[in-house]
Amino acid sequence: MNNPPEAQTVDFPHKHLLGIKGLQPAEITSLLDLADAEADYNRTSIQKRDALRGRTQINLFFESSTRTQSSFELAGKRLSADVMNMALRTSSIDKGETLLDTAMTLNAMRPDIIVVRHHAAGAVELLSQRVDCAVINAGDGEHEHPTQALLDALTIRRHKGHIEGLTIAICGDVLHSRVARSNILLLNALGAHVRVAAPSTLLPLVADRLGVEVHTRMIDAIQDADVVMMLRIQKERMAASMAPSTREFFHFFGLDMDKLRRARPDALIMHPGPINRGVEISSAVADSSRSLIREQVEMGVAVRMAVLQVLARNLPE
Amino acid sequence: MIASSTVKRDNRPKKLVNARLFCPKSGLDEPGGLRVEEGRIADAGPHIRPSPGADELEMIDCGGHLLIPGLIDMQVSTGEPGEEHRETLATASRAAAAGGVTTIICMPNTKPAIDDVSLVDFIERRARDTAIVNVHTMAAMTKGLAGKEMTEIGLLREAGALAFTDATHTVGNAQLMRNILSYTKDFDALVVHFAEDRDLAASGVMNEGEVSTGLGLHGTCTEAETIIVERDIRLTELTGGHYHAANISCAQSLHAIEAARARKLHVTCGVTINHLTLNENDIGSYRTYYKMRPPLRAESDRQAMVEGLRQGNVDVIVSAHDPQDVDDKRRPFAEAADGALGVETLLPAALQLYHNGNIELRPLLRAMTCRPAELLGLPGGSLEIGGPADLAVVDLDKPWRVDAPMLASKSKNSPFDERVLQGRAIKSFVGGTCVYTLSQSRH
Repeated sequence: MNNPPEAQTVDFPHKHLLGIKGLQPAEITSLLDLADAEADYNRTSIQKRDALRGRTQINLFFESSTRTQSSFELAGKRLSADVMNMALRTSSIDKGETLLDTAMTLNAMRPDIIVVRHHAAGAVELLSQRVDCAVINAGDGEHEHPTQALLDALTIRRHKGHIEGLTIAICGDVLHSRVARSNILLLNALGAHVRVAAPSTLLPLVADRLGVEVHTRMIDAIQDADVVMMLRIQKERMAASMAPSTREFFHFFGLDMDKLRRARPDALIMHPGPINRGVEISSAVADSSRSLIREQVEMGVAVRMAVLQVLARNLPE
Repeated sequence: MIASSTVKRDNRPKKLVNARLFCPKSGLDEPGGLRVEEGRIADAGPHIRPSPGADELEMIDCGGHLLIPGLIDMQVSTGEPGEEHRETLATASRAAAAGGVTTIICMPNTKPAIDDVSLVDFIERRARDTAIVNVHTMAAMTKGLAGKEMTEIGLLREAGALAFTDATHTVGNAQLMRNILSYTKDFDALVVHFAEDRDLAASGVMNEGEVSTGLGLHGTCTEAETIIVERDIRLTELTGGHYHAANISCAQSLHAIEAARARKLHVTCGVTINHLTLNENDIGSYRTYYKMRPPLRAESDRQAMVEGLRQGNVDVIVSAHDPQDVDDKRRPFAEAADGALGVETLLPAALQLYHNGNIELRPLLRAMTCRPAELLGLPGGSLEIGGPADLAVVDLDKPWRVDAPMLASKSKNSPFDERVLQGRAIKSFVGGTCVYTLSQSRH
């Protein structure tokens, strides 16, 4: 394992990665194959190499994020890209105009790849229309978070060997979750059997048209599941009466050892982080040997390295 | 009226004979008897006859009177906890037993409001220790009945709350109402809503119309009710929730509900006994015992309610039992408390509709027995074998005069005081135990 993985084998005819939507199953699979090799290579002592030497990567985060931003930063640096972080936490200024102004300013700096997180759905796509470089969506509002779905799929695949045919329960605040949207698209594309579980107030009105099995009782959703994927719920949802209280939410939708008994004995436990202990997941479950939460973070770097390389390959020399 | 007036549980098998068996659910209406074992109906039919000496069963002669399932009253307010001077669970249960009502559902508008698991538990324990009929409670659907935040509906449901309501408060925020209808659906719980637009009803103290104008009192238009009912129906359609308009009072609200049911929505409604038997003219010269919410409406609305009941579009009749201290009623009309006693006179007042030829006995009784049982998922409300022996023996015809001081309630604000009604319960059984017998002197 001394030869670094080669991105040349991946057929990925896209300029940007804006979402899972629009990707072919074969494209997803080859991205995962590359990321899988990256993950192995990352575990060797020689991690750094020259794949993106001379390339400029800007991490443009309009919404604060510790783990995603540092994951992208590390991925770029391992590939020898020049990485610049820009944290623009704007709340009061006119967002539409600022976003496009920012895009044009950045474009003038001639970067090769911009990684964008924004609180408004569609903002990343809007920005991609105004720049010449490749754009990676690192989460736009409640729309998509494609690298999260890819790293989740990689984590599952490395443990189960495949995605197809697995029963995967996604539980929690499905309505407001970009992680859920991207995961549903990806897991469905790869042939998994996806279930979602949430109170009706935290499900899209048309949840039944997402190609998933919809449950309002979590214990039904995780019955015999191969993977239980928890979502983060924000406290604001309680204030908005979408769920009555933390206590009640945990009672019905928090993953504890008792509910987990319903899943298959070898079920994997996942969470995109950061976790709310005692709200959507108990500490006992989060810290158990079946929890892959830390491994998801590791796979995140590998997946982002893979994405950076395949997009860089499509850039002009 | 001491709270510890419980009746000793009587588990002995017994038979009730010489009765006219009448089950509003099955349609059974025939002479016969009924055998009780272990608090349940073990057998019923014409073959159960008096058989002196043949068996050791205790025998109760019903004197040819009607034997029906005990009534289920879906809307009873007590003052417990918080205002025990108005009514306790014990006194309300005695009033219920005297009215042939064997199950009461308490409203959560107590002090504090029943919006927490521990309070549901309190009601259940107090009722077990002090009440002589079955007592269940609905829980608040918003914290403190304030219409702002949803209560812990799932935990309350697990604790035993039968349904969710803000009693005489309306949730004005449509998004919150949507969330409640959506969330309760997951727990298969009924939302029981008092429909009154707060702004439209703001200063109204009675029905808006000629009578209110003549009395110089502010009126509440029927639209205040119908607008909320129509809004809720749309939200029910959006969410797939289970909605029950607690006590509608006017023809337009009923029409809205009929239309919703025609679209197969899970929409039901109740009407109070007051709105079926009284109208705004009863207020006369500012009689505050007729002050209630929703207000007594025009005679045409009352007739529409009766017609709705006849056609089955009014699902349940409730007493809307709301005991008020006499001092809170002895005030100028606009300042007097709302609410009327009702649980003890529910059946006799309802029977007036039967005696007047407005409605058959079966649809009338159905709305106070099997229909509320179905809506709330309760056992009882029928004479089915195996069901709880919650029963009432009813003398259909006996005229009697309501004398408020003689009613079992702690409060005496009965709108039927001094009226002559025809028919009443002469015996009530809860789980096979006789909890009420009309004394001979009063019969």
